[in-house]
Amino acid sequence: MSSAFELTYPNVPPEKPDHSQETLHPRLLKSPVVLKATGVTKSYRKGKVEIPVLNGVDIEVVEGEFQAIVGASGSGKSTLLHLLATLDRPDAGEIYFEDNRIDNLSAGSRDILRNRYIGMIFQFYHLLPELTALENVLMPVMINHGVVSYMLRRRKFRKRAKELLDLVGLSHRLKHRPRELSGGEMQRVAIARSLMASPRLLLADEPTGNLDRAAGEEIMEIIRELNAAYDVTMVMVTHDPSIAAQADRTVRLAEGRVESVSIQS
Amino acid sequence: MYKILLSWRYLKSRYIALASIVSVTLGVATLIVVNSVMAGFSDEMHKRLHGILSDIVIRSHDLNGLPDPQWHMDEITRIAGNDIEAMTAAIQIPAMINFRDNIQGQWITQPITLIGIDQSTYAQVSDFSEYLLHPENRKQLDFLLKEKNYGLGKKDRFPLSGWVRRRASSEWERDAVDAQIGADQIDAADIPDSPFPLVDDSGVEGQGVTVDGLEDRGISDVPFQGAAEPQIVFDPATEQHTGIVLGISICSVRGRDADGEVMDYFFALPGDDVKVTFPNTGQPPKALSDSFTIVDFYESEMSEYDSSFAFVPLSRIQDLRGMVDVESGTKSVSTIQLKLKEGADLNAVRDKLQARFPIQQFGYQIQTWRDMQGPLLAAVQLETTILNILLFLIIAVAGFGILATFFMIVVEKTRDVGILKSLGAPSGGVMSIFLGYGLSLGTVGSGVGLILGLMFVDNINTIAGWIERVTGQEVFDPTVYYFNQIPVIVSPLTCVWVVLGAIGIAVVASILPARKAAKLHPVEALRYE
Ligand SMILES: Nc1ncnc2c1ncn2[C@@H]1O[C@H](COP(=O)(O)OP(=O)(O)O)[C@@H](O)[C@H]1O
Ligand SMILES: [Mg+2]
Repeated sequence: MSSAFELTYPNVPPEKPDHSQETLHPRLLKSPVVLKATGVTKSYRKGKVEIPVLNGVDIEVVEGEFQAIVGASGSGKSTLLHLLATLDRPDAGEIYFEDNRIDNLSAGSRDILRNRYIGMIFQFYHLLPELTALENVLMPVMINHGVVSYMLRRRKFRKRAKELLDLVGLSHRLKHRPRELSGGEMQRVAIARSLMASPRLLLADEPTGNLDRAAGEEIMEIIRELNAAYDVTMVMVTHDPSIAAQADRTVRLAEGRVESVSIQS
Repeated sequence: MYKILLSWRYLKSRYIALASIVSVTLGVATLIVVNSVMAGFSDEMHKRLHGILSDIVIRSHDLNGLPDPQWHMDEITRIAGNDIEAMTAAIQIPAMINFRDNIQGQWITQPITLIGIDQSTYAQVSDFSEYLLHPENRKQLDFLLKEKNYGLGKKDRFPLSGWVRRRASSEWERDAVDAQIGADQIDAADIPDSPFPLVDDSGVEGQGVTVDGLEDRGISDVPFQGAAEPQIVFDPATEQHTGIVLGISICSVRGRDADGEVMDYFFALPGDDVKVTFPNTGQPPKALSDSFTIVDFYESEMSEYDSSFAFVPLSRIQDLRGMVDVESGTKSVSTIQLKLKEGADLNAVRDKLQARFPIQQFGYQIQTWRDMQGPLLAAVQLETTILNILLFLIIAVAGFGILATFFMIVVEKTRDVGILKSLGAPSGGVMSIFLGYGLSLGTVGSGVGLILGLMFVDNINTIAGWIERVTGQEVFDPTVYYFNQIPVIVSPLTCVWVVLGAIGIAVVASILPARKAAKLHPVEALRYE
């Protein structure tokens, strides 16, 4: 609950979210919409009690944008991100990815979507402990390809995985297992993995939440560079105002709704 | 691709799962050992039984038999001549044998099955001749006592027998009789010690068993064969009665000497005389007796036969019993035995013969060797089946161990499952990781079990030897089983089935945990700590 935000953008009415693109950064003004959610609701059941988490959330992400989702702990940020990533289905509302409705896709199609079009980064890195850094990065293509198909393209895949690890500054840790890496290094492996399939959209759930300040800044630097230099569209959940301040657009969630949208000029 | 990689990595990083597969390994090894031993055992039994029994036996229900055997044999040749390799006629009657015990000097009476055989053809229908102890008799039996060399090439420790023994024995008896006549009073205590060694230590026959036995018991008594009714014209030193081949267990017992070595004690040996009592053809039958000289022993290693069969020349029995058909002048027999050509269908020939000699008209029992030993063979088969079921239950129990272990691993890997799903791995893929894991564990477990089992089977007699030495217990007692070695036959098909079965159980046991993993909700799995 940072009041700094509201002070910076006091003119945004909390009741009615303003999705107008007029105020977006000029470089994004003409960009097509990558992701759009309208009226998304989600509640969890605890025994007989229904706990509403999201009650009608609308958001929109345009290509090349770096959007931050902020809100108090428990406000449903992760839940929203999981819905956007098709890891879960909303109770109501619609989610569109590049104009295709994705919230009601079959399990197989959603698997393909997650595998090739949407990359994810998590607070707890979520690397597979039995695999080396390189193998973790290769995982999305291993899932996509069968044994023969993978083996035929192995050189190409490994080359790309090494390049990505190089990009995040980990070319010297290819054979390390996750437990032999620091938190920052693990998160960098996770970033490389999320880029392996060249996704159109990156979803990050508090990627710096578990890191100290220095490591967190390193990660943010990589993410900003990805967004700026490689035009990766990015939705990042965070509760760190200094990180939110770097975003093109910040969506604030409260009580299951979009409380405010603020745009960085 | 990721399925193989992850199955493999999980296998490599979790040796505890290998522990759960040890029971599969042991089950597979035991199954292979048990099946090999049982197969070896039953094969050996089949061989023995088949060797002793001819392929098909036609037996008249009446002891006095089946008249005009030549006509019967011609008929049989006419019906099934193409399938028949050899044929012989024989007489089989119950009888009593009576002989004097070498060791204690007492008379021994035993029931036997007296078989009158045609020595020129009998050996062709079964492995009869292979079971004889004298090498020349193994070539061709002639019912004549041989000089010595009994047991040559077959038993390395066999007491001296044959004419050598017979001469020495009769000489001693004459001396004994002379001594008694001189003393004018018959007193067993006055009988002098045996003047000759019962066993030729220097001969090829090796160390004497009987002498050892005698000395161990502190008995210096002697054989008395043929002395009961001195015959005026009969000189036992140079003459013999009609030859008889006795089943070895009729006049021997198998036991252990002081050192625990297995050995046979003989009450009578080739060269000694015996009396046989059997029924004549009268109504009602009267008992007839005649003296025979043991000319050889028959050792098939099937105690049932070795302790009852006694073979004598067919014509001698026919004459003694008066088995002559008055009208035709032909001598009757009681069985006709056939050996079929390689590959001939036993049951088909039996059925043809049964059709030709209908039971209502002839009253003959026509059986294959399998029919005759049916219950025994079936018992062995049943035993094998039950053992297989029990051992497979052991592997099934191992399956539950795998199930529990896998559930644990799935719980432990919940987050990994969430990660994989978030990366777009389909539920089926996640499931196959754990199925593949089960498959590889099953393969490793049963593969190792197969190798262990085969190694065990390969060295089973050595291992039995070790166990005997360590525990002091005989694992495979030759006095009981009549085998010196544990017979084994490894059937590749059985091995394949056992291994496939074990792998199948491991896979089936991993299905439930794998399904659980596949059903995990990705978000819940990711939140799982
Ligand atoms: N599986 C669940 N069952 C019940 N309640 C849940 C479940 N997952 C999340 N919640 C609840 O939903 C709310 C939002 O959670 P989350 O999206 O993780 O919040 P945030 O990421 O903003 O901290 C929390 O109150 C949480 O307790
Ligand atoms: Mg959260």
